[in-house]
Amino acid sequence: MIEVRLHGRGGQGAVTSAELIAISAINEGKYAQAFPSFGPERRGAPVMAFVRVSDQRIRTREKVYHPDIVVVLDPSLPSIVNVTDGLKEDGWAIINTSKDEKTVRKMLGGFKGKLALVDATKIALEVLGLPITNTTMLGAFLKATGLVDRKYLEEALEQRFGRLAEKNKAAMQRAIEETKLYT
Amino acid sequence: MGKRVAKEVSIAIADAVKLARAEVIAAYPITPQTHIVEHLSELVANGELDAEYITVESEHSAISAALGAVATGARTFTSTSAQGLALMHEILFIAPALRLPVVMVVANRALSAPISIWNDHSDIMAERDIGWIQMWAENGQEAVDLVIQAFRIAEDRNVMFPTIVNIDGFTLSHVIEPIEMPDQEEVDDFLPPFRPKYKLDPRKPLTMGPVGVPEIYFEAKRAQDEAFRNSRRVINRVWKDWANRFGREYHPVETYRTEDAEVVLMIQGSMAETAMTAIDKMREAGKKVGLVRLRVTRPFPVQEFRKAVAGIPVLAVIDRALTIGGVGGPLGTEVRGALYAAARRPRVVNFIAGLGGRDITVEDFEEMADRAAFYRKKRPKEAYEYIGVREV
Repeated sequence: MIEVRLHGRGGQGAVTSAELIAISAINEGKYAQAFPSFGPERRGAPVMAFVRVSDQRIRTREKVYHPDIVVVLDPSLPSIVNVTDGLKEDGWAIINTSKDEKTVRKMLGGFKGKLALVDATKIALEVLGLPITNTTMLGAFLKATGLVDRKYLEEALEQRFGRLAEKNKAAMQRAIEETKLYT
Repeated sequence: MGKRVAKEVSIAIADAVKLARAEVIAAYPITPQTHIVEHLSELVANGELDAEYITVESEHSAISAALGAVATGARTFTSTSAQGLALMHEILFIAPALRLPVVMVVANRALSAPISIWNDHSDIMAERDIGWIQMWAENGQEAVDLVIQAFRIAEDRNVMFPTIVNIDGFTLSHVIEPIEMPDQEEVDDFLPPFRPKYKLDPRKPLTMGPVGVPEIYFEAKRAQDEAFRNSRRVINRVWKDWANRFGREYHPVETYRTEDAEVVLMIQGSMAETAMTAIDKMREAGKKVGLVRLRVTRPFPVQEFRKAVAGIPVLAVIDRALTIGGVGGPLGTEVRGALYAAARRPRVVNFIAGLGGRDITVEDFEEMADRAAFYRKKRPKEAYEYIGVREV
C-alpha cells in the first residue's frame, strides 16, 4: 500500500488532487481511498488531503502518519508546516517551488530523501491564468512516482473539469517536462 | 450486475436513495451530512429523481414533514447529524409508535459543547431509546447496501418501524472509495413499492396518533416493544435475500478472527476497519486478538451476541461517546447488561476513545488490546478508561 499526503492552502485544490489520484487508481482496477483533513474549509488556510492506493482492499481509516509520498502545492508551506513529518526514508517529497535543490533541502530542515521540484505556480499562471496548482502538481507527481496510469488520470481530469480539462492537461504536461528529480 | 465505481460515500448514499425510488425527501443541511442532501436536491432538481424535496427551516420540521409524508404512503428519506438529530428528538419517539417507516441516515458527529463538527457517536448514543431500528455501516459499500435494505425492512408490513443507518461523519461520509452500485432493475426487483395497509387519505379518513389514556397507553407501548423485537425475523430474511442476490452477507453480529482469541475488541462504525488492520498486525506477532461488532444495535441482538463472545476471556468494548456520571460508556453499559445473565461471559473492559474527531490509530487499538490482555488476570479498578487523551 502506498500512502500519500498532500499539503495545500484552501482553494488550491489539494483535495481535488487527492480525489483524482484515487479515482484514477480505482478506475485502473486498484483499491484506493481519498479523504480530506476534515475541518471547516477556509480559503488560504493550510489544508491536508490523503490518498491510499493498494492492490488489496484497504481497511485502515486512520489518517496518513507515515506517507510514502508528500505533495506540497504551495511554495510558502514548507516554512510554516513540517511537510516531511513522518515521511518514509525512501519516500518522495514533491514540492512546488522556484528555489533550487540546496535551498529547498535547507528549508525542509536538512531533508536528505528523494526530491521532485517544479515551479508549479509559474506554470499554472502561464497555462491556466490562475495560481491553482493542483493539476500541475499532478504532473510532477506522475513523473516522480508513476503511481497511477496517466491515461486514467487524464480521464479523471476530463470528467472533473469538462471543457477546462484541456488546459489542465497542458499544465500537467508542462510539469512533466519541467519537474526536476533529485534522488 | 452492478458497476464498481469511485465515489464519495455521501454521493453514493444519495444515489442509493435514488435507486430506492424515494418519493419524498425532507431535510435540513448540517455538516457532515450536507453532501448527501445536497446531491439529493440536485437529483430532484435535475429531474433524475421523481420526488418531492421539501426544504424546511429546521431538523424538527424535517422529521415532522417526513412523518407526514410517510403517513400518506410515500417512501420517505431524511438525513442529519449531531445537533440536528438532537433537535429531532421529540419527534423521533413518535415515528415508531405511529408505525411510520421513514429511513434516515445519521452521519455521526459529536454533540456540542465545545462545538465540534467532527465524528464520534455521542449523537446517536443519546437516541438509544427512540424505538427506531438502528444499523451501522463500516464502509461505503455497506452504507449503500444498508440504505436500500433499510427501506425494505422498515416498510415490511411485519415491521413498519423507522430505520436509521449510521455512518461515521467525515471518516466515512467524505471518503472516496470503490463502491459497487447495484443496477436499477436489481434494486426494483429487490425492493417492492411501499404499500402500507393504513395511510392518510382524505377519501378514507382515519386517525393517527390519538391520545393514549392510562387505560390504553401501557398496552400500546407493550405491543410496540413486542412488534419491534419481532422485526428481527424480517431483518434476517431481508439480509439472506440480499446475500443471494448481491453476494454480500449481513448478520446482526459480525466477527473477525475471533477463533481462539484471548482478547476481542468491539467498536461500532468505520473505525472497526482500522481495528481489523491492527488485528492482522497483532496476529502476525502471535497475539490472539479478534473483533466483534454489531451490525444492528436496535433491536439489540442479545442471543447472537452472547453466542459470539461466549468462549472469549476478555472483551474490550470501545465507546466513542461518554455517559457522564454513568457506569460506563453507552455501548459498554449495554454489553455488560446483555451479558450479565449469560451462562458464559467474558470479562468486559470498557475504553472511551476517539471523541470529537480524535483519530483512533492502529497503535491505539494495539494499546487497548494489550491493556485488555493484562486485565485477563487482574480485574480493572475503574468502570472505564480513556485512550488517546492528553492528561496534562
